[in-house]
Amino acid sequence: MLARRIIPCLDVRGGRVVKGVRFRDHIDVGDPVEMAHAYSAEGADELVFYDITASPEGRGPELGWIEAVARVIDIPFCVAGGIRTLDHALACLTAGADKVSINSPALERPDLTEEIAQVAGSQCVVVGVDSEQVEGQWRVRQYTGDPSRQKDAGRLTLDWIAEAQSRGAGEIVLNCMDRDGVRQGYDIEQLQAARSRLSIPLIASGGAGSAEHFRDVFDQADVSGALAASVFHSRKLTVPDLKQRLARWHIPVRL
Amino acid sequence: MSLVVVDIGVGNTASMVWALERLGARPRLSADAACIADAEQLVFPGVGAAGFAAERIEALGLTEVLHAFNRPLLGVCLGMQMLFERSEEGGAPGLGRLAGTVRRLRPSPERPSPHMGWNRLSKRADDPLLEGVEDGTYAYFVHGYAAPVTADTVASCTYGEPFSAVVRRGNAWGCQFHPERSGPVGARILRNFLDLPC
Repeated sequence: MLARRIIPCLDVRGGRVVKGVRFRDHIDVGDPVEMAHAYSAEGADELVFYDITASPEGRGPELGWIEAVARVIDIPFCVAGGIRTLDHALACLTAGADKVSINSPALERPDLTEEIAQVAGSQCVVVGVDSEQVEGQWRVRQYTGDPSRQKDAGRLTLDWIAEAQSRGAGEIVLNCMDRDGVRQGYDIEQLQAARSRLSIPLIASGGAGSAEHFRDVFDQADVSGALAASVFHSRKLTVPDLKQRLARWHIPVRL
Repeated sequence: MSLVVVDIGVGNTASMVWALERLGARPRLSADAACIADAEQLVFPGVGAAGFAAERIEALGLTEVLHAFNRPLLGVCLGMQMLFERSEEGGAPGLGRLAGTVRRLRPSPERPSPHMGWNRLSKRADDPLLEGVEDGTYAYFVHGYAAPVTADTVASCTYGEPFSAVVRRGNAWGCQFHPERSGPVGARILRNFLDLPC
């Protein structure tokens, strides 16, 4: 039985893990290597590192900490932020990342997904999607890392994820922005709808606040994994406690 | 003691090198036929498309040496698939060290493809590579194609249908999952490989 994946997400800025409202009030919460080590030791199934300033600063990913993380951890990890070209993606993979996640650049130039998939394989290419409900429709938001540029991408979420899949994405991370940071639970309805449009794995993002939220998104939306940040970093929920509880609810997890 | 990690320019060989270094080994990365032929132990990792990998092996002149290498060899993921006769993926020819054809995992609504994540190993035979690894333990898989269960299967995994997770024929072993990304279990398997008599 394939285990459901628990995926802590770490925001990186200037080579440090930070938390806070993006671009404001950042609190330094630690060193990426130490935190990667700690999360993998306590049983996280995978990690996502999001370089939050790469895109706004118009630069590619920083390879130094990616390589430093890859040297110490023995679970898979994905790098997001600033990957705009095939060369950026290959540099991250060569530095030891297992996957790259592309978001706004895939919207700007959908061929990017195909280019990476053809060279590195679909399993390396994650398409991240930020989605917001507008007048009863789920719509894709672009440049969400930069308040001054954030805009509607002119696409419907469910159509865009299907297109990303057909272009060679190996996985979709769907971040439901209406739930992001609110800790009121994942957007089950939207994730169910997304799941029914995909044959590749779907990862839920946005809204985790308790173990019950993870249980519900696995039971009801049948996602392959669930991503969360603040609930783990604040230690409101720890990965081992969460997994023990999920196991008691008969959700397959790696203990 | 020379340990060589084959680098055909496909996928993430660095992770494998670092995993071996964490165990105290000193692997060399190489795509040179003479260096590979001289190795005492060989690890053949690989991620990506079988057709492209087969072309690279041929272009680098490694077909014969990988076919003939008779000391311990560990193929990982695509590296394991390349040990078989053939892959459905792009009709790519394999090295023919193990009998069988690598086939596409059939997707279904309940089973997204690629098969990505942690799944359980079912041991089917005793083997030094799996010493100390419990039956039913989780390992990290990422693949859309899989090798059938054959007489060479040491451990299987099930995703809709059973497939080979660990294979062995003579001194050629293969892991469909990524030991370098499978936590302490993966480290144990790599340790077991390093401890095999050359």
